Amino acid sequence: MSSQDQALLFEVLLRLADDNFILGHRISEWCGHAPTLEEDLALPNIALDLIGHAQVLYQMASKVDVAKRDEDQLAFLRLEHEYKNVLLVEQENGHFGDTILRLFYFSVFMKLLWKRTKEVTSFDELKFFAEKAYNEMVYHVRYSSEWVRRLGIGTHESNCRMLGSVHNLAPFVGELFLVDSFDREAQEKKILPNIATFLEDWKKEIFEVFNKSNLRLGVVALEKQGGRLGNHTETFGYLLAELQYLQRTFPGAKW
Amino acid sequence: MVKANWKLNNAWEVIRHIADPELPFLTLEDLGVVRGITSDSSGLLYIEITPTYIGCPGMTVVQETIQSELKNKGYKSTVTRSFSPPWTTDWITEKGRQKLESAGISPPQPKRIGGTIINERNPITCVRCGSMETEKISEFGASACKALYRCLSCGEPFDHFKCI
Repeated sequence: MSSQDQALLFEVLLRLADDNFILGHRISEWCGHAPTLEEDLALPNIALDLIGHAQVLYQMASKVDVAKRDEDQLAFLRLEHEYKNVLLVEQENGHFGDTILRLFYFSVFMKLLWKRTKEVTSFDELKFFAEKAYNEMVYHVRYSSEWVRRLGIGTHESNCRMLGSVHNLAPFVGELFLVDSFDREAQEKKILPNIATFLEDWKKEIFEVFNKSNLRLGVVALEKQGGRLGNHTETFGYLLAELQYLQRTFPGAKW
Repeated sequence: MVKANWKLNNAWEVIRHIADPELPFLTLEDLGVVRGITSDSSGLLYIEITPTYIGCPGMTVVQETIQSELKNKGYKSTVTRSFSPPWTTDWITEKGRQKLESAGISPPQPKRIGGTIINERNPITCVRCGSMETEKISEFGASACKALYRCLSCGEPFDHFKCI
């Protein structure tokens, strides 16, 4: 593999890993705080899935990292600007509805991404992973969509708050579908599918659920962006402070 | 599974009885997670397992248990994880499904048609009273692989192993 291809593959895997890892961390914050016991079991299990996906993606990235960092170093010892996740996943959890809506948006996105990836990628390791990850995402979509519906049509109060969630998350949605030079190259080299092409499918799935939930999705436009370049929002520093605390305090600590 | 010689057969005899850390009444054989056993000329055993769920925390324990159990029998081994083909609940053996049921967990519906997951539309039956009048309480139960249901006839909650 040429060093240019190696750098491309590393960037692609890192973006995927960071998206899953940071959202997994955010959702894990619900452990012990969810509104009911059932949700207190569900949310950490979802976090576990996402962090598990990230772990394997970091392992793959580690193999092509020129700095030869292992999965733990990639996950816990990078600086803020070295993380390449979208801004959507690092935002604070907000209330239960905010968390559920973000999970719904992200799960539908990842489900479509893994589905297309397993169809088009020529990178076998990623293809096998995508097949498995896709199956798991089906359940994340089902879980989150059922809650979106329940909250959307629940009471006047829950509907109003969900409308608020839709409004607040809107500026962060466009970045999921942002295609930059890395994505174009990854697509030409048959590593990843063309992300921009499944915006319509994503909207269709969101609409279907929103139509049954008294919710409306506005125009999806590129507003807030920067995560892919390592430019994060203020809250990300606080998130990393907690996430990295153990490894920074006890370097090399292992279970 | 290819078990070319007595050594591999012996290794399989050791591995197949190892209990799953989260569902200890199931063995690795019941779950269908061991995908291959091979050895090289130096005698090192290569065990290939496939995770039920990518992030399943039990898999690390499984890997370590396989290695230590084989070591006890005098075998050196390396355990690797593979995702291809992806694990499906269809690989849980008939015996495994019966064990699940007697442990009060409703077994997964055997479902793969044309390679896609069938979202379980058939009613999930209560493991205690057999009633088909059940409702889902939560998509994720005590672990990612299970959902939580409640029987509307006998009123009891129960775990359901999701089809994947």
